[in-house]
Amino acid sequence: MNLTLRVWRQASGSEKGRMVTYDAPDISPDMSFLEMLDVVNERLITSGSADGPIAFDHDCREGICGMCGMVINGIAHGPERATTTCQLHMRHFQDGDTIDIEPWRAKAFPIVKDLIVDRSAFDRIIEAGGFITANTGGAPDANAIPVAKADADRAMDAAACIGCGACVAACPNASAMLFTAAKVTHLGSLPQGQAERWTRVRAMVATQDDMGFGTCTNIGECAAVCPKQIGMDTIANLNRDLIRSSLRRRH
Amino acid sequence: MTTTAPAPAWTSAPWDLPSETPDGPIAGKWDRHKFEMKLVNPANKRRFHIIVVGSGLAGGAAAASLAELGYRVSCFCYQDSPRRAHSIAAQGGINAAKNYPNDGDSVYRLFYDTIKGGDYRSREANVYRLAQLSVNIIDQCAAQGVPFAREYGGLLDNRSFGGAQVSRTFYARGQTGQQLLLGAYQALARQIALGGVTMHSRSEMLDLVVVDGAARGIVTRDLVTGEVSSVAADAVVLCTGGYGNVFYLSTNAKGCNTTAIWRAHKRGALFANPCFTQIHPTCIPVSGDHQSKLTLMSESLRNDGRVWVPKQPGDPRSPDQIPEEERDYFLERKYPSFGNLVPRDVASRNAKEVCDQGKGVGPGGRGVFLDFAEAIGRLGTHTIEERYGNLFEMYERITDENPYKVPMRVYPAIHYTMGGLWVDYNLMSSVPGCFVGGEANFADQGANRLGASALMQGLADGYFVLPYTLGNYLATAKPAPVSTSAPEFASAVAGVEEQTRRLLGIKGKRTVDSFHRELGLLVWEQCGMARNDAGLRACLDEIPRIEEAFWADVNVPGSGDELNQSLEKAGRVADFFELARLMVTDALHRTESCGGHFREESQTADGEALRKDDEFAYVAAWGHNPDGPPVLHKEQLEFEEVHLTQRSYT
Repeated sequence: MNLTLRVWRQASGSEKGRMVTYDAPDISPDMSFLEMLDVVNERLITSGSADGPIAFDHDCREGICGMCGMVINGIAHGPERATTTCQLHMRHFQDGDTIDIEPWRAKAFPIVKDLIVDRSAFDRIIEAGGFITANTGGAPDANAIPVAKADADRAMDAAACIGCGACVAACPNASAMLFTAAKVTHLGSLPQGQAERWTRVRAMVATQDDMGFGTCTNIGECAAVCPKQIGMDTIANLNRDLIRSSLRRRH
Repeated sequence: MTTTAPAPAWTSAPWDLPSETPDGPIAGKWDRHKFEMKLVNPANKRRFHIIVVGSGLAGGAAAASLAELGYRVSCFCYQDSPRRAHSIAAQGGINAAKNYPNDGDSVYRLFYDTIKGGDYRSREANVYRLAQLSVNIIDQCAAQGVPFAREYGGLLDNRSFGGAQVSRTFYARGQTGQQLLLGAYQALARQIALGGVTMHSRSEMLDLVVVDGAARGIVTRDLVTGEVSSVAADAVVLCTGGYGNVFYLSTNAKGCNTTAIWRAHKRGALFANPCFTQIHPTCIPVSGDHQSKLTLMSESLRNDGRVWVPKQPGDPRSPDQIPEEERDYFLERKYPSFGNLVPRDVASRNAKEVCDQGKGVGPGGRGVFLDFAEAIGRLGTHTIEERYGNLFEMYERITDENPYKVPMRVYPAIHYTMGGLWVDYNLMSSVPGCFVGGEANFADQGANRLGASALMQGLADGYFVLPYTLGNYLATAKPAPVSTSAPEFASAVAGVEEQTRRLLGIKGKRTVDSFHRELGLLVWEQCGMARNDAGLRACLDEIPRIEEAFWADVNVPGSGDELNQSLEKAGRVADFFELARLMVTDALHRTESCGGHFREESQTADGEALRKDDEFAYVAAWGHNPDGPPVLHKEQLEFEEVHLTQRSYT
């Protein structure tokens, strides 16, 4: 198939960016979206294009590392539901299509180059409380604390988050609520996570605000683009925990 | 007429390597060693600075655990966040000798299975320690909130996995690696917030700095600004994963590379058993020349999926039109007691064999069916969905075929490298102060790794071995103060900058990837699932030719002082060329078959791998020689517990 790409090119965070049009002829429908970009880049390199190849983040290319992500025709990770960019295949496009490719856009995710953004704000949110304090070595036998299967399953559903940032890119407020809520729900669903449950939610939400993410107004665009189908129920759960934590404040 | 003899492909060192394995009965070695190791006073730990390169299971766990103990840690990863290391992609599970299912497992049995699975080419004491520590790993991870699969009573669920006759594999749906990695990442994040770990993301290690014979720092390139700088420390820990991407197409992440361990090798660290590479039997077959990587389908699928090909070569019918009696369930036929659950190397070779006979399925005939129809009939779609739902979805997304309705097509692909930097019992390489954990070392997996055992090794090294052995090193070696003003740092930085200038200056016609593909295809053909003398020798002649072309004609656009992904790839591919030569040399020298290393000249009457224990029961640890062929050092493997037998899974 033959395609036209309109790609956001920006040499660095401090320079101005613009959309640049490229032809992408002879694309196989069996290619992944990133393999299509590989082909375009090979041509840009051999033809000596002034802008050079298009920079984009990617690593595992099997939908689990969370490194890849671009806004494709206005949708984070593109048109296929529950699919990361690397797992999106060209068979979902038509011969002759024009495809717009842009980076995640959010104040908290500054652009590094072309389609690459800096998502380290996510790391800061986890550092604020997205863990269970359990130093290496002191753990009791793993079966000493039973976990109801329903709770374990709920924790696993939320823990499936890959930290790609599509939720932020899709949110009109650029809120990180789904990301934060997934971790709060994962850890808060387990007995091991109870000791820090109330301090965790407060610290993570506060850091999320500090990092420049917007406020959640329950629009739901985040869950619609989430490649791991993290649900809005996690946000309800976070809000519930946040309110309960304020009632439990001891100082 | 005179003929000159061809230059030898290697030379041999006359001594045996000391493994530093403690004396005494195997079950007590680690405990005694822990007691005998020197400790660092809690108040003094803060004075020691440790560099950890890599943030996967081994690196992330080591960095977090070392910081918890009070050491100052700097951790480096090339990804944008430590949470993205490729351990995250492991699907199936993690072994532990908990014996929760009461089916006869024990530390000794896990030890025995791992030694046997590795085809008797690993060090007994290391593997025994690994089996002992496996139980602590599960406890630690459960305490961190890793959402392992549970029974209705709330206790942990187990399954049988890849060649094991007991159910000892713990799992978190089909994404166990992700959950274990996030556990380690969260422990690391906590230490970052507490100030114990300084994290450097988007940083690539490009050299090891050795001062007075000991590892004292690294040279890194900031992948955003391009700045090359050095960091000094009292010890360096490399947990940088395997080198499977030497084959270009593998199940590794695109960024996985050998550069960190290769540069350490060139600074004196011996590289052990590089030819021991693992082929995973169940990956999605290649669909075309554009293919950039291969995707693994978890081995757990073989618990319920049945592997078959049509008996008739080139059978054009769709699988549902082929009646039962015209199908060859070749693993069940040849290995009645293990059936579809034979170890990876056996399953892979058999898939290659039937495809070589023309019975392969799918485009290009390089594929076999993995069929769930029988399991769905027996257990129902719901159960299969619960067990493998996400894997089935992934398969359908890539191939556009629904595995609930048509059998999956799978083919072997490079998945893991058992070889790596040589380490002693303390996980220290032959360069004092340079420790190596996880897939980057050679230690525990022998010539073939069993399923669910990579996660176990990475976490054992990171949580429970390195924190002890590093302390012992620091307490005994007492490294003198060092700073980056030492001349060794400046010269290492200059070397890296020189290579960058050289790569950017070639301005040739071909892309880095085109060379990488060419190299990968060559080593896959000649040093992949089956190897022979003529092919390996031809390969050794051919690699330098491609390498020369690379250094003459590669086109690396852009500059060194910006984010430049072509430059990153070029440096990695340059190292893959050098590694490929050593890998092929190692494969050439080992004229036996064992585990993942199948020499066609050495097989039993029924085509199984034939070991030569009298000649080859050793670790081949190669020394770098800038002026000539590599130097072979041997570590003789002593088997006191396990009796060496020909592996048999029939």
